[in-house]
Amino acid sequence: MIQLDRLSKSYNGKAVLDDIRFTLPSGGVTAIIGPNGAGKSTLLSIIGRMIKADSGRVSLEGLDLATAPGAQIARRLAVLRQDNHPAARLTVRDLVAFGRYPHSRGRITAEDRDHIARALDYLGLAELADRFLDELSGGQRQRAFIAMVLAQDTDYILLDEPLNNLDIRHAVGIMRLIGDAARDFGKTILVVLHDINMAAAYCDRIIVMKGGQIIRHGPPAEIMSAELLSNVYETPVSVHSLAERLVALY
Amino acid sequence: MPAALKPTMPLILAGAGVLCLALVSLFVGVSDLGPLKLLADGFDSADMQVLLVSRLPRTIALVLAGAGLAITGLILQILVRNRFVEPSTVGTTESASLGVLLVILLAPDMPVTGRMMVACVFALAGTALFIAILRAVPLRSVLMVPLIGILLSGVIGAVTTFLAFRYDLMQSIGAWTMGDFSVVLRGRYELLWIIAAAVVAAYIAADRFTLAGMGRDFATNLGLNHRAVTALGLTIVALVSAAVVVTVGTIPFLGLVVPNVVSLAIGDNMRRALPLVVLGGAGLVLACDIAGRILIHPYELPIGTTMGVIGSAVFLWLLLRGRSRAA
Repeated sequence: MIQLDRLSKSYNGKAVLDDIRFTLPSGGVTAIIGPNGAGKSTLLSIIGRMIKADSGRVSLEGLDLATAPGAQIARRLAVLRQDNHPAARLTVRDLVAFGRYPHSRGRITAEDRDHIARALDYLGLAELADRFLDELSGGQRQRAFIAMVLAQDTDYILLDEPLNNLDIRHAVGIMRLIGDAARDFGKTILVVLHDINMAAAYCDRIIVMKGGQIIRHGPPAEIMSAELLSNVYETPVSVHSLAERLVALY
Repeated sequence: MPAALKPTMPLILAGAGVLCLALVSLFVGVSDLGPLKLLADGFDSADMQVLLVSRLPRTIALVLAGAGLAITGLILQILVRNRFVEPSTVGTTESASLGVLLVILLAPDMPVTGRMMVACVFALAGTALFIAILRAVPLRSVLMVPLIGILLSGVIGAVTTFLAFRYDLMQSIGAWTMGDFSVVLRGRYELLWIIAAAVVAAYIAADRFTLAGMGRDFATNLGLNHRAVTALGLTIVALVSAAVVVTVGTIPFLGLVVPNVVSLAIGDNMRRALPLVVLGGAGLVLACDIAGRILIHPYELPIGTTMGVIGSAVFLWLLLRGRSRAA
């Protein structure tokens, strides 16, 4: 479980995160939704140790993320931010192999090789494994980074808008994969999504953020309400039941 | 599209090439010295003296300096995440030169090791200043990075020239602003062995450099201390640059040319690229030095000149190429 205790962050006097207190239980897929500037990415980046909070504390099963050794955390928590544009010319296989770095410190074992091959396979990258990242399309590159995070094999995985650049087939593929990973391997996944319907269809829990605060959280059935969503996005949203799914129209 | 080449073949070829060039380098020079003559005259002859006192040190110095400068380019390019940087385009070399000048002015009796340490500290400070400027300035284009570096080099170089002019040391700064291996003799190049240690350190930390080159967030996610890796990299760069400046002088562009060519061929995974970069650097410096010794025989062209001609041509090619392709 990840505990957020009175987390605040502001830029130039403007609060981006405002006194966030939340406990994310372990297991399952949790989506964070909310309008632009709600603080979703900032929250993910703080949990991922990429940004320092102004005040407050993040702990992972009792481990304080601000003080615990980086290498130890990297074996339990993986973070993928959006917009990954590597400057280095690496092959897909090299990139995915670096996901094993926290475990192997660069000395790849047979077990590491298994993880790498499986991650490549899961994301349909086996044929692209020896291509350089700068020769791939945006969607292929995105999948390569997700494969790397999978190879890292952590209990907790944070993904910031992983569906960017992906076509419908790959977007659905990734959401199913995330669901499988949570169900079959007991992983805890926290994912920032823009598409409310994706969140409702594939996630166990939804957190709604706005103005730097968590204003509601719960199972999709509770969150998918016309009133709540219209309010959050300041746009008329209606919710319908279609093929046993709740679908938001806007 | 080309897949990543298997690196074994280029590595063997490069190794054989460097070996051949090193042998040629041993037997090219003013005094007539050939392997057969050496055998015929016996090992106690004056020929042997020439070999041991002049030729062998010169060849070793060439290999070490070439390998060292090539990895400084590689490390800087990875850490700064820009293809166009190397010690002479980011202010490292000029800072080291300024350090040497100040030693000559203020403590002329300082032994060469001390002189190198001062040069190293200056080189480190100069490179850190460059990195600090990069952080503070919005980088709208990949070409901004080398432009800032060249500006900074120019400013530091101007300070050096001004001081040298004021204190009548223009002649002696000429000695180290233009790289020249004709001054290398036994007892005057051994400092360069520090480069061998730097290469080993770089190879051990190769994965860490590659990860750091993927960006701070990427490195943090994998549990790497980005700041520590950057500090290690800059220390290696400063140490190697200082050792080369103090013993043979500046060799421009080398750190730019070799890593870029290797990157195009086999990519940027440093564990794989480093051996080729080391061999490529050694080979290129050997070749330029041999050319400089042959072209106007029995006189010599300093290596700074031959390297500058070849290096600037490749630099231009890379710049023009960089327009069509993100660097």
